[in-house]
Amino acid sequence: MIDVNKIRADFPILSRKVNGQDLVYFDNAATSQTPNQVIEVIVDYYSRLNSNIHRGVHKLSQEATDAYETARIKIQKHFNAAEPYEIILTAGTTESINLIASGYTKFLNPKDELMISAMEHHSNIVPWQMLCEKTGAHLKVIPMKLDGTLNMEAFDKLLNSKTKLVFVNHVSNALGTVNPIKEIINKAHGYEALVLIDGAQACPHIKPDLQALDVDFYVTSAHKLCGPTGVGMLYGKAELLKELPPYQGGGEMIATVTFEKTTYADLPHKFEAGTPNISGGIAFGAALDYMNSIGFDTIAKYENELLTYCTDALKKIDGIKIYGEAPDKTAVISFNVGEIHPYDLGSILDQLGIAVRTGHHCAQPVMDFFEIPGTVRASFSFYNTFEEIDRFIAGIQKALLMLR
Amino acid sequence: MNSIEAIQDEIVEEFSLFEDWMQRYEYMIELGKSLPLIDQAYKTENYIIKGCQSKVWVHATLENEQLKLTADSDAIITKGIIAILIRVYSNQSPKAILNANTDFIDKIGLKEHLSPTRANGLVSMIKQIKMYAVAFQTQLN
Repeated sequence: MIDVNKIRADFPILSRKVNGQDLVYFDNAATSQTPNQVIEVIVDYYSRLNSNIHRGVHKLSQEATDAYETARIKIQKHFNAAEPYEIILTAGTTESINLIASGYTKFLNPKDELMISAMEHHSNIVPWQMLCEKTGAHLKVIPMKLDGTLNMEAFDKLLNSKTKLVFVNHVSNALGTVNPIKEIINKAHGYEALVLIDGAQACPHIKPDLQALDVDFYVTSAHKLCGPTGVGMLYGKAELLKELPPYQGGGEMIATVTFEKTTYADLPHKFEAGTPNISGGIAFGAALDYMNSIGFDTIAKYENELLTYCTDALKKIDGIKIYGEAPDKTAVISFNVGEIHPYDLGSILDQLGIAVRTGHHCAQPVMDFFEIPGTVRASFSFYNTFEEIDRFIAGIQKALLMLR
Repeated sequence: MNSIEAIQDEIVEEFSLFEDWMQRYEYMIELGKSLPLIDQAYKTENYIIKGCQSKVWVHATLENEQLKLTADSDAIITKGIIAILIRVYSNQSPKAILNANTDFIDKIGLKEHLSPTRANGLVSMIKQIKMYAVAFQTQLN
């Protein structure tokens, strides 16, 4: 049983007013809020530890390095990676994907095929299009069905011995669909294709076991799971990461540098050029501690109750259309009401202190599939309440009176 | 016809009469609903203004040395904003449009109450109207 009032007390932002009203924050899929337990770690870092890591002989540097590397181990344990050095700390999901896309440039040729799904975020489309432009490889798209699930029969047909890499999100940001990634990974491996899973939308709700999944690469961002912005993870199997060339050159990523030849550092430092987001990495670890203290089973159960409650209430509204009705979905509801523009509905809700996302959600192909300009998206976190959903529904009804 | 400044002052005055932003939004929605429709011929990619989350089309002609603006949007609040801009800038000479300042938008507090994307869209709309004014001013010279 979740004690939501106790949890809400951990998040200072949840008690602020917006446009004179108590904030209702339903834009969690864009970024989640930050609890005191994480904010305090950031403040503590700058108050007590601030220094550069991995190179100082002095005490502060040693303590900061310990804190940063402890965070890496926390992340490794959380995701059940085999080794800490398989966790590369990046600026976030987008950078993690670009790192891999850049790394595979030299391994691909025009005969090769890459595969993405029809429900990817732009950050899991554009880097692969750029990679195809550079290498001449071809991009194939796994289509989706009207209920917002992937067409797995089509996936089976697209997969062949030319398929080299497959990129699918664990959960769709626009629709909330949980994709059958284990099945995708197993089938792709049958053709010796590698799989990268974009976990940005999954990790706030699901605790993936990376070794059990046998996934090749898994990426996510800390700010979706109660951590700070500007830090995220690239998990890669050690033998694959070792093959890849460095992404950026600079400090930290070298073993030796002479003007004739530079040798690169071992994992994970080969991919971590320059001074990293040290406080961010430490806070990422603290955010995982916080979420684990509540428990992902508890979180998933409660968020599912919120999802069902809100979906049922929305369905009673005349003219509503919900996009994404997969049997297995996270607490995300994308919808439109009649011909009303999502932006109009979102603007009135904002005046009422209710934060939702409107637009194409950086997934224009998904909007094109449904032939709509965009949707209103409400996305819930474990700190949201049934009362907030009641206010949200009342807000929609008020907006409809104004807009219709 | 009143000067741009006089119309801007009128709008600032009208907006100050409302008690809160919900009422101002209701007003903009009503304005949006009453906006005369743009000719379908101008609702094409050529007349779309970039930078808006909703679609906005603006078309201008020059009649009796004055700019005549028509516009439309697929979002009703955006249409309300367009209606305000048309009231300010339509039926004015290109020169008057180019000389007019835009601080009435700050005075009614519109920008702070629009999301960043919508505020950008507003700036793009004014820029587009001024571009039309530049083009027609060149014709007149």
